[in-house]
Amino acid sequence: MRIVLTIVGKDKVGIIAKVSNALANAGVNILNINQNIMEGFFNMVLIADMSESKVDLLALKKIFNEMSEEIGVEIRVQSEEIFATMHRV
Amino acid sequence: MSFFTIKDVLETTKMITKNKLDVRTITMGISLRDCGHSDINVTADKIYDKITKKAANLVKVGEELEAELGVPIINKRISVTPISMVGESCDASSYVPLAKALDRAAAEVGVNFIGGFSALVDKGYTKGDRNLIASIPEALATTNVVCSSVSVGSTKSGINMDAVAEMGRIIKQTADLTAANDAIGCAKLVVFCNAVPDNPFMAGAFHGVTEPETVINVGVSGPGVVKKALENVRGQDMGAVAETIKKTAFKITRVGQLVAQEAAKRLDTQFGIIDLSLAPTPAVGDSVAHILEEIGLESCGCPGTTATLAMLNDAVKKGGLMASSYVGGLSGAFIPVSEDAGMIAAVECGSLSLDKLEAMTCVCSVGLDMIAIPGDTSAATISAIIADEAAIGMINNKTTAVRLIPVPGKGIGETVEFGGLLGYAPIIAVSKFKADEFIARGGRIPAPVRSLTN
Repeated sequence: MRIVLTIVGKDKVGIIAKVSNALANAGVNILNINQNIMEGFFNMVLIADMSESKVDLLALKKIFNEMSEEIGVEIRVQSEEIFATMHRV
Repeated sequence: MSFFTIKDVLETTKMITKNKLDVRTITMGISLRDCGHSDINVTADKIYDKITKKAANLVKVGEELEAELGVPIINKRISVTPISMVGESCDASSYVPLAKALDRAAAEVGVNFIGGFSALVDKGYTKGDRNLIASIPEALATTNVVCSSVSVGSTKSGINMDAVAEMGRIIKQTADLTAANDAIGCAKLVVFCNAVPDNPFMAGAFHGVTEPETVINVGVSGPGVVKKALENVRGQDMGAVAETIKKTAFKITRVGQLVAQEAAKRLDTQFGIIDLSLAPTPAVGDSVAHILEEIGLESCGCPGTTATLAMLNDAVKKGGLMASSYVGGLSGAFIPVSEDAGMIAAVECGSLSLDKLEAMTCVCSVGLDMIAIPGDTSAATISAIIADEAAIGMINNKTTAVRLIPVPGKGIGETVEFGGLLGYAPIIAVSKFKADEFIARGGRIPAPVRSLTN
């Protein structure tokens, strides 16, 4: 299964490092990262592949919920399916 | 390569986090046709056992999908075969024990409403129908999550005026029995014309007799998303408005379709339909009235309201149709007063009256929904309002429903609070002129000429 992480929040040092490190530890492979800073706010959309993952989606969500609290940015983890369905005829 | 762009991802995320996009309900329809027995206690046990077995994983699957897809799924619900048919073989004349069995089963599987304490009497009554309708006030007063509906007419059958008269009295009795809670029982009771067998929304959901053993029907939502999209086309002509609504409805419906297919697969049952309805909640930013106002009305209920609502209702269907493989249920904009912040405000400021609401029901789904009226409104007047709504449904070949709440001891200008999704409502004025003699006639209004389509 492929997942989409969306990360929005106040920019600071090390957001990408923390996120990618957590994904690597979980065995989740990053396929695509799109990131920018808009008016001081960090925006990132990351697409990753969970087929070799050591944890399931719910466990991964929990990891990122905790990280979200810790570093103070909003991190959403969703199945890619919802985006593909909504924007494809 | 993905099928979507970064812009798409951010748009979807914004719809969910900022504009309250959600799936309003996953409703599992369960046939209880095999639960009949002469002993009502055996019937009640069979009902309980079947529901708790078939819907054991409903809430779990709903929560899993919510987590995986990141879209809120607000309600998980159950609809069952009209209990008038299930109870018909019982020797007992009160079906309250069956309502209690539904209530227990709903609590056991964790759903927040269960619909189907219902009777379909479009043309007349059977023994089971009479028993069920007589049991409604006590059933609604002694259960928590059971919803009841009675179909009193259809385009094909005409209107059963005996049932119309009786339902006025039943609504009053239900109000009296639940007077301590501002007549909350009436918020769980719907009177239909042209009832549909696959509606996932409460309080009117029941599992029709033509439906399979079990089925998953999904109701989408998203008034906030439509309102937000329309803010980008301010000042443009109505073609642009309709087009924007269509595109937005398409996206909303795709989410519902995905959830419905996945839920049906994981629950090992059949996907029934998506109900393309814009269902509001009392939350800020989730109002159908505010969509109409965004199109250019000063306050919902002013002249122009019926036209904008007609366009909205039609555009939602056009957009949603292609997004789902099976569309059904009520499919249209809902205009419940107490469940919509904009409608509540419109009643409070005097722009929205019962008469205007009746006109609006001619062009959208359902009807006079969640409207609090003075407690001293007579049963005959409530029946006459039901008859008017049923006539609109019968002649226009559409579903209409009446969910009125005559609040004991309260009058015009006072407010009634139901809490949660049911919201709150200012009490609205009802005509003081009477139709008692019309209601006292009883009998049937014959099916209209447009029923002869063969």
